Amino acid sequence: MASPATRTIPIRHCNFEAKVKVGGSGPPLLYLHPAGGPLWDPFIEGLCERHTVYAPHHPGTGETVRESIYAVESLWDLILIYDEILDALELTSVPVVGTSFGGMMACELAAHRPERISKMILLDPIGLWREDAPVAPYMLMPPEQLVATLYKHLDAPAVQAALQMPSDPKQVAVIVADLIWALGATGKFVWPIPDKGLKKRLHRVTAPTMIVWGEDDALISSVYAKEFADRIANARIEIIKDCGHVPQVERLDVLKPLVAKFLDS
Amino acid sequence: MNVTMFHFMPYRDLPADFPPKGLASSWIDAPWWEYGNADKVTDCYNWALDELMLAAKLGFDGLGTNEHHQNPYGFMCNPNLFGAILAKMTRDQGFEQVALVQLGATISSTSPPIRIAEEYAVLDCISGGRLVAGLPTGLGNDVSISYGITPMEHRERWREGIDLMLKAWTAKEFFAWNGKYFQLPKVNLWPRPVQDPHPPVLIPGAASSSTWDYCHDRNFPYAYLSYFGGKSAEQVMDRFWARAATKGKDANPYRASFLQIVGVAETDRRAEEEYGKHVEYFYHKLLHLPTGYISPPGNADYKSLLNILMSGKELLQYGDLSIELKPLKAKDMIEKEFVVIGSPATVREKLEAMAKRLNVGHLMVALQFGSMPHAQAKKNIELFGREVLPHLQNLWEDQPWENHWWPKRLRKRHSRQREMASA
Repeated sequence: MASPATRTIPIRHCNFEAKVKVGGSGPPLLYLHPAGGPLWDPFIEGLCERHTVYAPHHPGTGETVRESIYAVESLWDLILIYDEILDALELTSVPVVGTSFGGMMACELAAHRPERISKMILLDPIGLWREDAPVAPYMLMPPEQLVATLYKHLDAPAVQAALQMPSDPKQVAVIVADLIWALGATGKFVWPIPDKGLKKRLHRVTAPTMIVWGEDDALISSVYAKEFADRIANARIEIIKDCGHVPQVERLDVLKPLVAKFLDS
Repeated sequence: MNVTMFHFMPYRDLPADFPPKGLASSWIDAPWWEYGNADKVTDCYNWALDELMLAAKLGFDGLGTNEHHQNPYGFMCNPNLFGAILAKMTRDQGFEQVALVQLGATISSTSPPIRIAEEYAVLDCISGGRLVAGLPTGLGNDVSISYGITPMEHRERWREGIDLMLKAWTAKEFFAWNGKYFQLPKVNLWPRPVQDPHPPVLIPGAASSSTWDYCHDRNFPYAYLSYFGGKSAEQVMDRFWARAATKGKDANPYRASFLQIVGVAETDRRAEEEYGKHVEYFYHKLLHLPTGYISPPGNADYKSLLNILMSGKELLQYGDLSIELKPLKAKDMIEKEFVVIGSPATVREKLEAMAKRLNVGHLMVALQFGSMPHAQAKKNIELFGREVLPHLQNLWEDQPWENHWWPKRLRKRHSRQREMASA
């Protein structure tokens, strides 16, 4: 598969210079990455088989200028930035796949401009809060605890492949710095409690929505699947068994056909 | 050199088996209802104030207090509560040579930050112009966990808060503040500080390169708050001074301050015996603090983060304090000079060498640390005050450097004062 190209899009809002990875071919699909920053993984490559995938990088992460996050002062700013990115990409009605933090952003976009999102797939999204099932404080965890919280089966080959690090310590330093910075840059919109009003806005979403959750997600409990589904008019839930917070890594075999079927329906 | 007695104001009665297995941190996570006792805290606060007053009596140049939250390490939730008591007591008891080094109130988590401008002005007024205005960025756990500030906004709020504070202290007109984080329709601070144009500012920090740059750009002195002694501070302070040179600043030692835990007894051996368990209490129980708490993602800016990760152990020898300190015994920590423990002669020699090597004109000494009981703390302060302090105060006095970063009315040559006193 051809490696994805990067599109640079100057955004008026916050003077942000957006970077969007574009890969695959076919009808467009928007992919929003998780809190750890953008990546181009086998799940996205699968999406590229039948879609032109547009994957914007959250301000401060990926190929964007690290300090660009400072100008994005509020969730409202961030939503308007995404709106402007979609304008530039001429995506007037597009399906979106959002994972974890990207799932919350997908919901925010779909609530802000319902006509703009044609279908929505959420993988273990953040953005709601239940006192009896608090979201784990992932930003405060040491690395080994964080990965143990993210994955159900740490020793699975797909998980090990996702956690692979280069041997050069300088390269590792950059990867770790980028990861920490991405958590901070996304964390800006969920700290200290990831409950920033989405619960009041979800009723605006009109897109048919599939909510996918790893049954054993230790970071955001799968009880939240119902919380999202109860607030979105046209939503269904798919719980993936024996799976943690990252179904696109741990159970790609189950996820891939689910996603394909939903997008085709 | 100016020597400040700095007090952590810790809880001195944690049980021997603390921290229990599974307790991630003694900050945030140690339940008050299991470990805290308000009657004991009554003693802790009163002892600490008495210990600081003893230092004032013995001729220390400054008394240092600070702000931390939700922990047994040090629970001055607002240093200005204690600064106010010390301002009044030192004035009434005639110890008006001593500065109040507030190290300090955390501006990034105080809203609006002019609350601190007001409180500092109050302290400067009560004390008659003896305030050093410490403006720490604050630890991530205090600012972002205890007080809920978004880590990514922590430093920006700190910078804006300082700008607002300085303007509120000095403006000769009403002004509106339309900042990124704070908006105030009409600022007209009452009272203003006694010191004109404002009290000297002191910026404490860990090892963040952006804090060094901030100090040099604004001509503020930097206080390196390390727990690991002079040896491990060499890397950090060398870089601080290299940055100063790059930015065209001189090597005036009064631009820098260093914090050191110190224990003095009659002999080296006795000092090790007497202070060993309190050293371990401090490093094993009170510093049970994981990295993710001190600096949650977004807290350190990207440049500093990369600088620290690229330097690895070269810059900061210890990463996760909650894990990496546990194998070290008091003996190891004395050997590595995290702590300076010994006879007066040993302590004099080590501190002098350290101050010269790091090129620091201000030294802050923590003479009560960990579980150290009140009587022992008093003995430590007495011995240090009589046998070590006068010697250290003479340091740098043969040099032409002026200390521009100390309350004007307290700037003096210790040696000349002593000559005059003996004449």
